[in-house]
Formats: sequence, structure tokens, C-alpha cells
Amino acid sequence: MIDLDFIAALIGATLRISTPILLAGLGETIVERAGVLNLGIEGTMLLSAFTGFVAAQLSGSLYVGLLAAVVTGVLLSLLMGLLSVSLGLNQHVAGLGITLLASGLALFAFRLLYGGASTPPSLDDSFQQIPILTGTPLEPIFSQYGLTYLALLLVPIVAWMIRRTAFGLRLRAVGENPEAADMAGINVYRTRYVALILGGALMGLGGAFLSLAQLGAFSHGIVNGRGWVAIAIVIFGNWQPMKVLAGALLFGGLQALQLRLQAEGLDLPYEALLALPYILTIVALAIAGRNASYPAALLKPYRREG
Amino acid sequence: MLGFRLERAPAPLWLRGFIPILAILVTFVLVSVLILAAGANPLDTFYQLLILPLTKATSRAEILVKATPLLLTGVAVAFAFASGYYNIGAEGQLYAGATVAAFLGTQLEGVSPLLAIPVMILGGFIAGALWALPSAILKVRLGVDEVVTTLLLNSVMIFFASALLNGPWRDPISNWPQSPTIAASAQFPQLFARTRIHFGFVLAILAVAALWWVFARTRFGLDVRAAGLGSEAARFMGVRVGRVMLLAALISGGVAGVAGVSEVAGTQLHLIEGISPGYGYTAIIIATLGGLTAPGVALAALFLALVDVGILSASRELGIPTYLGEIIQAMLLLVTLALLLLNRYRLRRARA
Repeated sequence: MIDLDFIAALIGATLRISTPILLAGLGETIVERAGVLNLGIEGTMLLSAFTGFVAAQLSGSLYVGLLAAVVTGVLLSLLMGLLSVSLGLNQHVAGLGITLLASGLALFAFRLLYGGASTPPSLDDSFQQIPILTGTPLEPIFSQYGLTYLALLLVPIVAWMIRRTAFGLRLRAVGENPEAADMAGINVYRTRYVALILGGALMGLGGAFLSLAQLGAFSHGIVNGRGWVAIAIVIFGNWQPMKVLAGALLFGGLQALQLRLQAEGLDLPYEALLALPYILTIVALAIAGRNASYPAALLKPYRREG
Repeated sequence: MLGFRLERAPAPLWLRGFIPILAILVTFVLVSVLILAAGANPLDTFYQLLILPLTKATSRAEILVKATPLLLTGVAVAFAFASGYYNIGAEGQLYAGATVAAFLGTQLEGVSPLLAIPVMILGGFIAGALWALPSAILKVRLGVDEVVTTLLLNSVMIFFASALLNGPWRDPISNWPQSPTIAASAQFPQLFARTRIHFGFVLAILAVAALWWVFARTRFGLDVRAAGLGSEAARFMGVRVGRVMLLAALISGGVAGVAGVSEVAGTQLHLIEGISPGYGYTAIIIATLGGLTAPGVALAALFLALVDVGILSASRELGIPTYLGEIIQAMLLLVTLALLLLNRYRLRRARA
């Protein structure tokens, strides 16, 4: 049962399943590094998956769909910025409010446009996997959607941006100590907005991956907690993109394994595997304890005095 | 030059009372766009949503049925929030209570209801409190932020309930993921003939009353509020913040667990997937709208229950998707939060 083909297929599925969480997780990493916990992520992914799907269907172009999803993510993040950065409201309440609002909007519009269709509407033509290394035993691993390659490529780019660029420096300064950053002449509000916009775009891409590539369809449960998983892997990954990738692969791997074993006819409580990343995250937090490297200003609204 | 500037100043008293009403008005103006998109008349819709359910005895009763879990979880969240502990985990704690109630309920066959029902309630309270415990300990002992851990434990508990329902509790005949029906002695009695209002509503009223009493009359209530105002102020007042916060978190989880018992023993009579359509999250809206006070929580829960019932008739009569209800709840939260800033800031005309 366990041979090279099995392992190659498993790795391939892992990469595929990890993609939306990785994209959203990278987005959340950027936002949290700037000191904002965006719990709007779950609803943002759902509404982006929906608008991407509708735009692709109406225009006949998947790239228009992708753009619509990104714009949706950015707009919801701007709303998050308005509430949590400009108005200084509680980040978690504002974020949850956005998740509830965006989910409601997506499902409301879905119902209006597609009625009570018993089969979920699907795209005639969704994104296809792009095989490289064809004809080799590694083909199942390197036969991925374009967005998967993009997500993997973004990991070092985001890491580099946070660690090595001037923007990354401002981002970290604002997330660690906004008062000091402000005194050093950094515009706290603007930096947080830019982080939210970048993060929202990535969350939008994560949602779009589900409806435009992986499933080529839209349904109610399409996101199904992947936003919360993204939140978990960001913490699990210590707010570092490379480790966030590891978290995403761990989650994707467990789920791919569960699907494989189920296909082989093994009956096991798959919920245990699905719950594992959450439990591991909490255990990781417990072990790190006071040493957990939270961005120090996370969850703290910044209000400029004077 | 004529200009305006924001000043940090408390709002006049008349405005504070007016904010909830203003928030409802703004929310309804905003959702009118969606109602028009659905091809319905906004005024007709608001009539179906807010007025019609109040005119019929059957729907008035349904409002109280819907309000029961919202009141319990609303009290649970408000109490934790007041202590400065942001319990986002009421949803999971509710499921913990519901799961234990589904188990206990099948074991209490033939036991007197006078014993069975208290056992159910206590079991659910303990289950909810235990599910709240890891996050609370991590917060108090290690300073690990509770927002994320309570949120993640929701998913874990829902997976656990789902594993039970798809495993040992799966109905052997229908193959449906539904736990066995609980014993008659463990079921909450109906309060009035021909309505679905059950004993859980009494528990909800008691919870609201207890919240009021604790805050208004007890030293513990003062300590909780002091802890919520910030650790330094509380320590100055001699409050042991960690202990108070831990207790508030556990009580909050326990009350949310009782909401789960109430749903199993009062309405469903077994555990099903999706027994809570997100009451634990709606509770955060209710606690926030209610300003973390008992009367506020009661009013907010009743109002959202009214919308929940009204949306069903609006959907039936006008063809509006029921998801409008969720949009209204979320919008109301965000608009209220934004308007509450009026309490802190005032627009003043700047003098030249």
C-alpha cells in the first residue's frame, strides 16, 4: 500500500490542501506583525471565494474572478482598518463582526443569485493543474495549480519583506511598539492600513483558490473553518513565514492522509486528525508560555495623543 | 474659518440613551439596499421582521424560545468580558454542555425529574467550565492570550461532538448523525401548553437576574469590574486579578454549558450537528450591544430573537433569504460600536 506512488500522491495532495491556508496565513502574518489580529479572515475568505466565483462566471475569465476576490479581500480589510485602526475599536469584536457580516453577505447573495439549487453551481472552466517534471515518478508532486506555486513562492518573499525591507522594519516597529515607532516618525495608521491591504489581498486569493481552482464551484461550507486554521498556523509558526509554511503543510498533510486512508477503506475518526492542528497550536502556546513571541502590540488599538 | 474638530468629551445623557435606537435606524437604512436587491419593499420587510411577530401569540412564544440560548450565552460572555477576559469560546462551551447533556440524558431513565434535571444542569455547567479551563489557566498563569485559544477550542469541541455523532452515537436505524433521545425524566418541562417555551427560559431569566445581582450587590461583582478596568487599578484596590479572572472565565464557560443543556433537554431532545447555529458568536454581539450589563443583555437578546423569528416570516412572505438576519446582527454590532465612540468624542464647531 505504501509505495513511491502513494507517497508522491500524498505530497501532491498536501501541497494542494495547504494552499488556501498558506495564502491566508501569510496574509494574517503580515497583519498581525503590524499589531492587528484580523478575525475577519474566515468571512473574508468566504466572501472572496463567492465574488471570485460570480465574477468569473459573469465575465468568463478566471483572472477577472481572481481580481474580484482580491478586491473583496482588500475592501473588507479596509473596513477592518476603519473600525480597528481609525476608530480604535476592540480588534477581536470588530474582526468577528466582519466575519459574521461577510459570511452573511456571501450566503445572502448566493441564495439570491442561485436560489435553492440542489447541486452547487460550478464553473465550466476552472483553473487547471500545471504539471512539471511530467513522466517522472515525481509528477504527482509537481502537478499543481498556478496559485499553489505562487503561494510557495510568496513564502520567502514575505519573509524577506518582513525581515529585510524598510517597510518590514516599519511593520515590525508598529507591531511591537507603536508609541516609539510614532516618535521615530513612522505613520502608525498608514503602516497598519498597508499591512491590512496586503493581508486582505492574500486572504482573498486564499478564498479564490477554493472556488476557482480546487473545487471550481461555490457552496456554503466551502471555507469551513480554514480561516481559523490560518490563525492557528500563524501562531504555531511564531509569526515567521517559513514556519507558517510548516504549519500549513502539517495541516494539509494530516488532511491528505485522512483522505487517502479513507479512500483505502480505513475507517478512522477523521475529526481527530482535523482537530490536531488546533490542539498542537494550543500546546505550542502553552510550551512557549510567556516566551511566545507575540507582536507586543497585538490587539492593542493605537491612539495618537494630542 | 468654519470648521469642526473632534474633542474628547463625554456625550450628553440624552444621547447615550439614544445610541441604540440610532444604531438600529442606521442598520436598517444600510440593509434596505440588500432588501431592494432581493426585490422586496424595505418597509414591508421591517414590518414582517419587527412588528408582525409581536402581534401573534405563537410567534411571541417563539421569540422567547429563541431568546433562551441567546440570553444564557449572552450572560456568559458579558460576565467574562466584564472581567477583562475575552471569552470567544462560548460556542465550544455550549457544545460541551450539550454533549454531556446528551450523554447524561440517556443514563437517567426512571430517575425522578427532580433529581434528573438538576444533574443535567450541573453536568452541563461543569462541562462548560472544564472546556473553558485550559484557556483560562494559560491566560492567568502564563499570560497566553485567551482570544485565540478560546476560539480554537470551539473547533476542537465541535469536531469532538461530530466524531461522537458519526461514531458511537450514530442512529443505527436511520444512520443519521443524531444521539439517542434523552429519557423523559431528563427533558425540560414545557412552561405553557401549546408553546415550545421550556424550563430553559426560567434558567435564562435566573442567569440574567444573577448577573444583575452579582454586579449590583456583591463584592465579587465589584472585583470582576475592577479586574476588567485594568490590572493595575485592580491591584491597587487589593483585587487578586488572576483569581477573579479565572473564576469569571469558569463561570462564563459553565453558563454557556447550561445553554447547551437547555437546547438538548428543552428543544432538540438529542444532540445533532449544528445544534447551535453560532449562538456563542451571537452572544458576543449581545454582550457588546448590552454594554455588559444585565438589562442590556436581556434587551439585546430579545431584540435579536425577534429578528430571528421575524426573518422566517419575511422569508416566507417576501422571498428574502434568511441570511438577512445574520447580516442585520453583524451590521448592528459594527454600527453600534462605531456610534459608541460618540460617548467619548464630540464634534465641536471650531472657533476662528
